[in-house]
Amino acid sequence: MTKPKTIIEKVWDKHVVHTEEGRPDLIYIDLHLIHEVTSPQAFEGLRLKNRELRRPDLTYATMDHNVPTRNRGEIKDPIARLQVETLEKNCEEYGVELADINHPDQGIVHVIGPELGLTQPGKTIVCGDSHTSTHGAFGALAFGIGTSEVEHVFATQTLWQEKPKTLNVKVEGDLGTGVTAKDLILAIISKYTVNMGTGYIIEFTGQAIKDLTMEERMTVCNMSIEAGARAGLISPDEKTVEYLRGRKNVPKGEEFEKLAKEWLALKTDEDAVYDKTLTINAAEIEPQVTWGTNPGMGAPVSGATPAFSETEDKAALERALDYMGLEEKQPIKSIEIDHVFIGSCTNSRLSDLEKAAKIIEGKKVSDKVTAIVVPGSFSVKILAEEKGLDKVFKEAGFEWREAGCSMCLGMNEDIVPPGGRCASTSNRNFEGRQGNGARTHLVSPEMAAAAAVEGRFVDVRTY
Amino acid sequence: MEALRKHTGLAVPLNMSNVDTDQIIPKQFLTRIERTGFGQFLFYNWRFDENGNKRPDFILNKPKYENASVLIAGENFGSGSSREHAPWSLLDYGFKIIIAPNFADIFYNNSFKNGLVPIEIDKDQVNDWLKQAEEGILNLTVDLEEKTITDVERDLKISFEMPEYRRQNIMNGWDEIALTLKVEDKISAYENSVL
Repeated sequence: MTKPKTIIEKVWDKHVVHTEEGRPDLIYIDLHLIHEVTSPQAFEGLRLKNRELRRPDLTYATMDHNVPTRNRGEIKDPIARLQVETLEKNCEEYGVELADINHPDQGIVHVIGPELGLTQPGKTIVCGDSHTSTHGAFGALAFGIGTSEVEHVFATQTLWQEKPKTLNVKVEGDLGTGVTAKDLILAIISKYTVNMGTGYIIEFTGQAIKDLTMEERMTVCNMSIEAGARAGLISPDEKTVEYLRGRKNVPKGEEFEKLAKEWLALKTDEDAVYDKTLTINAAEIEPQVTWGTNPGMGAPVSGATPAFSETEDKAALERALDYMGLEEKQPIKSIEIDHVFIGSCTNSRLSDLEKAAKIIEGKKVSDKVTAIVVPGSFSVKILAEEKGLDKVFKEAGFEWREAGCSMCLGMNEDIVPPGGRCASTSNRNFEGRQGNGARTHLVSPEMAAAAAVEGRFVDVRTY
Repeated sequence: MEALRKHTGLAVPLNMSNVDTDQIIPKQFLTRIERTGFGQFLFYNWRFDENGNKRPDFILNKPKYENASVLIAGENFGSGSSREHAPWSLLDYGFKIIIAPNFADIFYNNSFKNGLVPIEIDKDQVNDWLKQAEEGILNLTVDLEEKTITDVERDLKISFEMPEYRRQNIMNGWDEIALTLKVEDKISAYENSVL
């Protein structure tokens, strides 16, 4: 009998092109997603060395990071405009399919990959973006790379990769009512810190993970990188198959059924051994709110910021609280906010918007709060409008925008002003992430929606 | 990429853990399409105030560290975004070596691709050197052939580990794509096998 394997090992082993003494494995890349920010220098590298782009057919481009979410055609900053135009020119020159700013398939790269069925179980997927881990929700081995590696994939469709260790994050039990996939991943990172996954690929397992929808699984895998792991994935099951059935880039009919069987066989074998396992009880998790300047600095909504007397690194705590304008032992529910951002590759899919809309329906955004909703893709926007969600948001006082990364990283005009405080459904609360001097609190869409109405954090479970 | 075998330089202590790439190079500078010229934006929001004036308290702005080429940092340096602009900005500013207890995976990888050398050493030794660089002057010699770091003034030499292929790449300044294209037949064979 062959040795039982994890899905990570199965996908890895299938993609090894070449091995040699003293080098890591050379692995094949099935899908290369690119965007405007991390690709121009890679294309330029190809050009300087007169190299070909090996597999334009396995490469797919969109523009998401710096695109405006209103006045679509107008990128005011000439440098940013040049970056977008450069992507257009590069895609044309090298024959890469591009969903540009006016294309119906445009959106955040990690939202459109699954939507278009480009993301499939068992694929190796890379992108010059750390949140590529999102695609792991489908049982793909997906990770972020730098621009030099983007160039390497362009030229060779491969990467030299050291075989990572495997980490099983097992989530047992059920999430409570009002507790979301976002709360789950934030709670895990708070408990085990932002470098718990460094050097590992995470597989999320357990009943609570099985019970998640595909969109919720994407939220969890998306933030694997915030736990330090380049990739995080979930073994495919019937939900994975049903999500992909009928999507644009997925085969139809018998061919699909054959593929679906292969996908289901990828799941981790019983008795497969991981390098490390952590077990979490889903029932203990509350809605989460980060209070600090990395995603591991978070607390349950009923909790408070830490006490100096209880921390190992007082300087780091002081620095974080000072930046955030908070006190030690300050109750989370006492924190007042003035901005709300619902969007990003973590939480901008249709179900995220539906859940937020349900909270705010018939209510009004607090007078002191500026609130925006940025759908993850053009397609999400259209579907949401068909369901009337845009009206619910607008009537409550939210702005309803076009698709893009937007205020998650503020590369376009969507920024939080200095000293502003934002309840954000995004993935990073680093200093200055949403704007110089801006303060970010990471939360679920439901928590963000409730905060928009109340002007401070409240527990959605009793809202 | 320039080959690097041995380097001696002044060390600057950045005594913080989890320094993320958003701090190393803030997003407003990522719209440029070049690989060069990012040094002026390194640690921008820490180095400069809202009016673009230098913040005198920030360590890199202290005159004593003006010509530093070795950065000593806390755990998990380079976490967050995959932006290769982070090593580009560190290199362009003048850093050649970064020493820390450990690095975030993508940053570690990106650094090697550009000839910026990240070296992981024991946390206690990092803390000693952070202290020495803060209180006095610390010059370190990194020898990649020997895999050692020497504190000349204090006559202290320590060894470090680094994946061998990465060490060879750095010491020889190899073009990794050219190396890979040497096994192009294997890539074609793989492609044919999965068709």
